[in-house]
Amino acid sequence: MSEIKTYTVSIYTENNIGLLNRISAIFQRRKINIESLNTSISEIEGVSRFTIVINLTEERMKKIIGQLEKQVEVIKAFYHTDEETIFLETCLFKIKSDLLFEERQIQNIIKESSARIVTVNKEFFVLEKAGRRSEIELLYRELSAFGIMQFVRSGRISVTKDEMKISKMLAEFAE
Amino acid sequence: MDNTQTIKLQDTAVEATQRLTGKEAIIKCLLAEGVDTLYGYPGGAIMPVYDELYKYQDKLHHVLTRHEQGATHAAQGYARVSGRVGVAIATSGPGATNLITGIADAQIDSTPMVCITGQVASHLLGSDAFQETDIIGISTPVTKWNYQITKASEIPEVMAKAFYIAKSGRPGPVLIDITKDAQFEEFDFAYKKCTAVRSYKPVPKLNPEALQAAAEEINNAKKPMIVWGQGVILGKAEEEFKAVVEKSGVPAAWTILGVSAIPTDHPLNVGMVGMHGNYAPNLLTNECDVLIAIGMRFDDRVTGDLNTYAKQAKVIHFEIDPAEVNKNVTADIAVLGNSKETLAALLPLLEEKKHTEWLNRFKELYQVEFDKIIKDDITPEKEGLTMGEVLEGINKVSKGDAVIVSDVGQHQMIACRYAKFNQSKSNVTSGGLGTMGFALPAAIGAKMGAPERPVVAIIGDGGYQMTIQELGTIFQTKVPVKIVVLNNDFLGMVRQWQQLFFDRRYASTELINPDFVAIAKGYYIDAKRVSKREDLAGAIEEMLASDGPYFLEVTVEKEDNVFPMIPTGASVSDIRLE
Repeated sequence: MSEIKTYTVSIYTENNIGLLNRISAIFQRRKINIESLNTSISEIEGVSRFTIVINLTEERMKKIIGQLEKQVEVIKAFYHTDEETIFLETCLFKIKSDLLFEERQIQNIIKESSARIVTVNKEFFVLEKAGRRSEIELLYRELSAFGIMQFVRSGRISVTKDEMKISKMLAEFAE
Repeated sequence: MDNTQTIKLQDTAVEATQRLTGKEAIIKCLLAEGVDTLYGYPGGAIMPVYDELYKYQDKLHHVLTRHEQGATHAAQGYARVSGRVGVAIATSGPGATNLITGIADAQIDSTPMVCITGQVASHLLGSDAFQETDIIGISTPVTKWNYQITKASEIPEVMAKAFYIAKSGRPGPVLIDITKDAQFEEFDFAYKKCTAVRSYKPVPKLNPEALQAAAEEINNAKKPMIVWGQGVILGKAEEEFKAVVEKSGVPAAWTILGVSAIPTDHPLNVGMVGMHGNYAPNLLTNECDVLIAIGMRFDDRVTGDLNTYAKQAKVIHFEIDPAEVNKNVTADIAVLGNSKETLAALLPLLEEKKHTEWLNRFKELYQVEFDKIIKDDITPEKEGLTMGEVLEGINKVSKGDAVIVSDVGQHQMIACRYAKFNQSKSNVTSGGLGTMGFALPAAIGAKMGAPERPVVAIIGDGGYQMTIQELGTIFQTKVPVKIVVLNNDFLGMVRQWQQLFFDRRYASTELINPDFVAIAKGYYIDAKRVSKREDLAGAIEEMLASDGPYFLEVTVEKEDNVFPMIPTGASVSDIRLE
């Protein structure tokens, strides 16, 4: 059997209630864990885009794509390896404002990690960092030592190096 | 959401705009889709629609089943024999959840069905209101599509889309949930049939190169074999299929849902594949050089162990659903498309052939199976009655013209193995899901879907009691179905497995049964019990000659087994004759 890899699945869909349930059920039924999930608008008006990260063999990946595309409201589904995509995650840290002034080290960490301060007030400041999972995890470890009031990380978002010809497909339908 | 985006509208409206309530609009939609019969059960959240059904009694025949599950199976039976969309209707909450087994059955057996459920008023959604369930959430994994209507204005387009999706491409069940307030709301109604949905491609484009490659493989094959499934029937491709089989001279075997696409006694029909299928096609699956799969999905009951399934053969897969290609068996050539179209295109590319020697191999192996199993099944010499001889008795009277509706278990395998079929859409059974309790309600729908044909339900004593209350539906509608219960006082198939694989530990498989004849008579249905061979033929004749519904119980041998058998996980070529 082929090796287990990380795949980013991009699914172009209609924007309908319940579709998330239908899509996640395809993974759940096969006991495949969704590592991360993001939904957003896409480059095409009225078309939504799911970005799902999963770990499995390519053989199974292909079958999942078949099941996804079989859904009435799925326009097209693609899968890509990390090498074939530009991807990142984004995260937010909420940290006590005192630390920013009392711990010089924090300022260095922020500078080196190219994290961005979103807001500062008397009680806390919010730090935003976008990047690879490893970069975010490094920053998390470094800041943990000082205490993190809140942390959240987004699902992966990604664009592919190759073209995904959704507009062309939709144009064909309209003809 | 804006549903109008997803539908490419036709220019022709069925009717000009008129002011209607949601409940009346639903009826108008059903009529516009050509629905004449629907199966269901009323209740609070669907009562407005029932109130309209009362007004439209002359145009829409509503059959009150005795349980919502019965409504779905009846709709399935209707759909399977008529090729039309079956319709079931129920209320919210338990009414809706009771549909789920039938919906799951229709999903796995690709049966076109539209289910309509009432829902609590939209302002109560999510409040745990009386009889509220999230039927959209519950039905999502077992429907081809589902949608909740909360505004009457959504009704025409959503209903049009529901019917289009249910019947197009690979058919399947669609559930439409309608809140009670949407049923009462007034709006401007106009109906346009749906002919396309932007994100949905029901029939893939035929690839001429794949077709050419397939034809070449078939023409060059020395030992080719066809395994066809329900795709031939669903694609209405029986004529094209027969022409392909006859021109190519390729022996053709069927899956349990494919049977009857060509007559049972067609010289190139070599029988059933799968766990309790015929000896020859199973054994020779692992000997053929080209395996041509047509409208079938390589179910595990068909293939047995995939690692040893037809490894020597080139596999050509004719299929409408791209997700089925390479799902279980890797295809060397996949020809996507509707079977009617692909087979018609294949025909002129085929050379006329006769594989006499190869076909003789099937005949020889059939003889082995006949001597070892079939003879004793259909013309037994032992004292106890066999299920096989009952089927043989029915064949003699029906001459293969009856629709056979079977339940699930030993009797189902016997029915599918031995029933004779002259015409398509004659075998109605729960293939993929294996739903006990399917047959009695499905037979009601089948008889209504094909009123001119005799419909015989073959049911075991176990499955019969799962939906036995539908005798009430039969009594009330007087639908002349013939019910044959093959009673061995056991859950026979499970008992067979216990005998073979669990050292005869018959855990909870013996049934202490009631007086089935008395029960049938309690519903004023003519009924008879037969336990002696000399009475069997006469009873079958009487049953099939009767004008109304008829119940026949046949007491059969308690511990008979169905053979041949491919044990779970074994190779098709390890098929056991005993």
